[in-house]
Amino acid sequence: MSEHAIALTLNGQRRDAVVEARTSLADYLRLDAGCTGVHLGCEHGVCGACTVMVDGRAVRSCLMLAVQADGSTVTTVEGLAAPDGTFHPVQQAMREAHGLQCGFCTPGVLMTFAALTGGEAKASEDSLVSAMSGHICRCTGYQGIRRAAKALAEGTVGAGGAE
Amino acid sequence: MNAPNSNLGATRWIGKRVPRKEDPRLLTGRGQFVDDVTLPGMLHVAFARSPIARGRIVSIDTQVARELPGVHAVLTMADLAARPIKLLSFFFTEAEVPITPLADGHVSYAGEPVVLVAAETRAQAEDAASLVEIEYEELDPVVTIAQAKVAAPIHPGVDSNVAAEIGDEEVEDELEDKLAGSALRLSHRIVHQRISQSPMETRGVLASRDGPEELTLRITCQSPHLVARWVSLALGLPDTAIRVIAKDVGGSFGLKNHPWKEESAVIVAALLMGKPLKWIEDRYEALTASNQAREAEMTLQAGFDAQGRLTGSHGIYDCNNGAFPQGADSNIAVHMFVWAAYRVPAYAFVSRGWYTNTNGLAAYRGPWAMESLVRETMLDRAARQLGIDPIEIRRRNLVYLKDQPMVTSMGIPLDDITPGECLEKLLDHFDMAAFRREQAAARAEGRYLGVGIASYVEPTGSAGSMAPMTGELAQVRIEPTGKVTATLSTHSQGHGTATTMAQCIADRLGVRYEDVTVFEGDSTRGGFSPGAAGSRQGVIAGGAAIRCSEMLADKVRTLAAHLLNASVESVVIDEGTVRVEGAPEMARPLAEIAAIAYGEPDRLPPGFESGLEMQFRYQPPPMTFTSATHLAVVEVDAETGFVKILRWISSEDCGTVINPAVVEGQISGGLAQAIGMVLLEEMPYDARGNPQAATFKDYMLPSISDVPTFEFVHANTPSKSIGGMRGVGEGGAIIGPPTLVNAIADALTPFGELGDVVLPLTPARILDVIEQRDVSGFYAPEPVKVEAAVAEPVAAAPEPVAEAPAVPSAGPEGDWNMVLKTPMGPQAMVAHFDIEGTALSGYLSAPEGRQDFAGGTVEGNRLRFDLKVEKPMKITLKYDLEIGGDSITGKCKMGMFGSAKVTGERA
Repeated sequence: MSEHAIALTLNGQRRDAVVEARTSLADYLRLDAGCTGVHLGCEHGVCGACTVMVDGRAVRSCLMLAVQADGSTVTTVEGLAAPDGTFHPVQQAMREAHGLQCGFCTPGVLMTFAALTGGEAKASEDSLVSAMSGHICRCTGYQGIRRAAKALAEGTVGAGGAE
Repeated sequence: MNAPNSNLGATRWIGKRVPRKEDPRLLTGRGQFVDDVTLPGMLHVAFARSPIARGRIVSIDTQVARELPGVHAVLTMADLAARPIKLLSFFFTEAEVPITPLADGHVSYAGEPVVLVAAETRAQAEDAASLVEIEYEELDPVVTIAQAKVAAPIHPGVDSNVAAEIGDEEVEDELEDKLAGSALRLSHRIVHQRISQSPMETRGVLASRDGPEELTLRITCQSPHLVARWVSLALGLPDTAIRVIAKDVGGSFGLKNHPWKEESAVIVAALLMGKPLKWIEDRYEALTASNQAREAEMTLQAGFDAQGRLTGSHGIYDCNNGAFPQGADSNIAVHMFVWAAYRVPAYAFVSRGWYTNTNGLAAYRGPWAMESLVRETMLDRAARQLGIDPIEIRRRNLVYLKDQPMVTSMGIPLDDITPGECLEKLLDHFDMAAFRREQAAARAEGRYLGVGIASYVEPTGSAGSMAPMTGELAQVRIEPTGKVTATLSTHSQGHGTATTMAQCIADRLGVRYEDVTVFEGDSTRGGFSPGAAGSRQGVIAGGAAIRCSEMLADKVRTLAAHLLNASVESVVIDEGTVRVEGAPEMARPLAEIAAIAYGEPDRLPPGFESGLEMQFRYQPPPMTFTSATHLAVVEVDAETGFVKILRWISSEDCGTVINPAVVEGQISGGLAQAIGMVLLEEMPYDARGNPQAATFKDYMLPSISDVPTFEFVHANTPSKSIGGMRGVGEGGAIIGPPTLVNAIADALTPFGELGDVVLPLTPARILDVIEQRDVSGFYAPEPVKVEAAVAEPVAAAPEPVAEAPAVPSAGPEGDWNMVLKTPMGPQAMVAHFDIEGTALSGYLSAPEGRQDFAGGTVEGNRLRFDLKVEKPMKITLKYDLEIGGDSITGKCKMGMFGSAKVTGERA
């Protein structure tokens, strides 16, 4: 197997690594970088559990090779909360909305929400809900995820909007 | 029992929609699922699996695989045989056919693990597994229930493909007369597809032999306690030598009740190799090689009088058990509960589970759910034929509170079920007359709306009649700091038990929810329980947490009364402060009392045990019923056959609600799975026994766009268990399917009758009704597969030559080794017969005990006798046996459960 040196910024910290060409970004993040919050639900790009942010965009880390992330800025669920532990609004919204049960699909849901609510443009409830069609949750029937999307779109997180 | 506790202050935690304790770690990526744990020196496992559904293993060549860098071991069943393991059912019973961790000589389903590879990385293990060369001699597989009925047995040493059976083939004259004399006699059939439970976290295990007598398992499961007990029994190791840890589990839904072939292979290999071994199933394996569920067919007959009142009913149920079911199952619960909420004068049935060359049967949320689906869809069909409103036909047959106490036609005592009341309450929230007007107007525009309702009851919190279904344990302590910790027998795969149990404890102890921490997920914490199985944790563990906390509160009050020179009755604990009524100046923080309880023995009352710790194991009533009626509104697109769900209302009575968000979450999850079962999900097999859905592109799970927003109406009739809770874990998956099917059938009435239901209702199947032709191709006559009928059984060893014509070497007297095929699995026993003339007496002896009988009769080779038993319920067993030489065959009629097969030979 050929090995390649890569460098990336992961959750605000620069990391250098040597990876096999066939190593997926997800496997690199879980096995080498210790980001076990990146969950592998299908490894074929359908379930969305492994979603991370690469240069601000939501990406399925099971479908991207680690070498492709060379030079990128990558954020995983571990990098969402503020250094003092304060939840990111998407985490707060999901908590208030009871948006999770087993929590396995949750990191991917959070990263897609974060990618869509992080920019300048304000995401609509419809666009957030449609984006969620790329995430499979087997536990909740999506009820809390819908409430979280609504609260994020309406800016009512923390004011009981997601409850 | 449910009287308010006098120590309680004003603050209530039961009934509050509090945020979950589990969420902060799960939202920050700090959950601990089995694949998140790495141990020093750990190796990764991958399996070489059978590419065929049935055949003999001719040779296995592992040499190339073994030579790959990083590979430590390549093991076959011959290697694993050095450490025997018995794969047991959920009820801890042994299977009738041998089940080995890896295939032993022959393969019985596509995907069966044949060779285990352990290597330093997962990639190396997979590379090596792909290099194992296995030569097979392929045989024609038996895939469907229809094939299993006519084919030679797939397993050597059994006389048919019947894995389990119960009931009676013939309809008795009395019931037949009732059905024949009915104004409407309807036969209704459901063909239910095979389902993959598909928890988002696949199966996985990390097994580590820690010293010669310690085994530590990290495993994704439904109860670390049940796994510890199962592994202990399977390996013959004391359970004190096994520690099972499962902190976070990514869903299970019945799949992960206990280890099966792959997990057992990893455990045995870890014991043999002495190195930690990790196996994490990938999704391809999960879909094609994990156990599966639900593939079954049921025909329900019922008679109705002209007013739509039920006159009698008969059910025929067949279930595909696959090759190695996690407990051979004819699903007696289907028949126990099919009419449990209805007044039906008589019901009889026959029920069989069938072995096939497919993945084994495992549980899936509400394993008996077929009963509600077939009954509720039949009732709507009958209502349409009789010209009665679907609501009205239910009102005329459902059990209301005013009808109770009563006993169902299957002998189940009812005294507090409320399906009828749930129906009435639901109708307060839905204007049916307005909907019918809207429906008529829509039809005039070519839009097809439909409404469906369905009612049911569900047995929850079952305890005391089956080995694993025990009570639940709560251990609660107030730490010297005044904070509260508890260990429970519960386990969460998303259930949020650390949250709901903390609410129960905070409520009854008089402390803040934030100050209670619940520990679970480790077999060395808490005590035995089967965890999440049978919608039980809220009911039983909730009761345990409540009573234990009340007992501990009484201990605090006793101590505080002594320290403060007050009467016990006047001491109240509220929000972590101990107060004396009428004397606010005497209030003390709980921490101060706790510090004294642990650290100042001289200040304790005489005989007072130091510390503030308590435990209570709650043995609840044998069963607690949950009732519900659901309603769905759909629109069917007549051009495409596409179904859109417009509205869904759940009206359920789950007694006391500990946390509405958790209760609604459980119901919603079950309903989403119901929508998947009705419209989307299917694990088909091809004619060669290959599972056809290998990715989530083929196996379609419901996404957010398939699931509507659910509305909830809670009825809250407290149950008789401590705290008054009723279980809700499975209900959505049981009542959801008939609710949706009924709505679709209602929408389709302008085109014709939906009729028998073949799931999933794909757009093509809906177009079958709309276009009144076979769009789906399902109804085209299937060619009869003759090869299955003549397939040779796979013989592991040559059949023993039949002995010369049986000349009875002796009469029936003496000892016989007999096996009774009960609904819980085969039960082995020794029968002893004594004969005087034509009078028969004797005893049956099993590990559970011995029972004597007398008053039996002997007629030639035929022996008949009755035995009264108390468990699992009071029932008279009527044995009717025939002796042929040194073998014995016959039936045991088990009251309303029908007959079970008996076989045996002279001891």
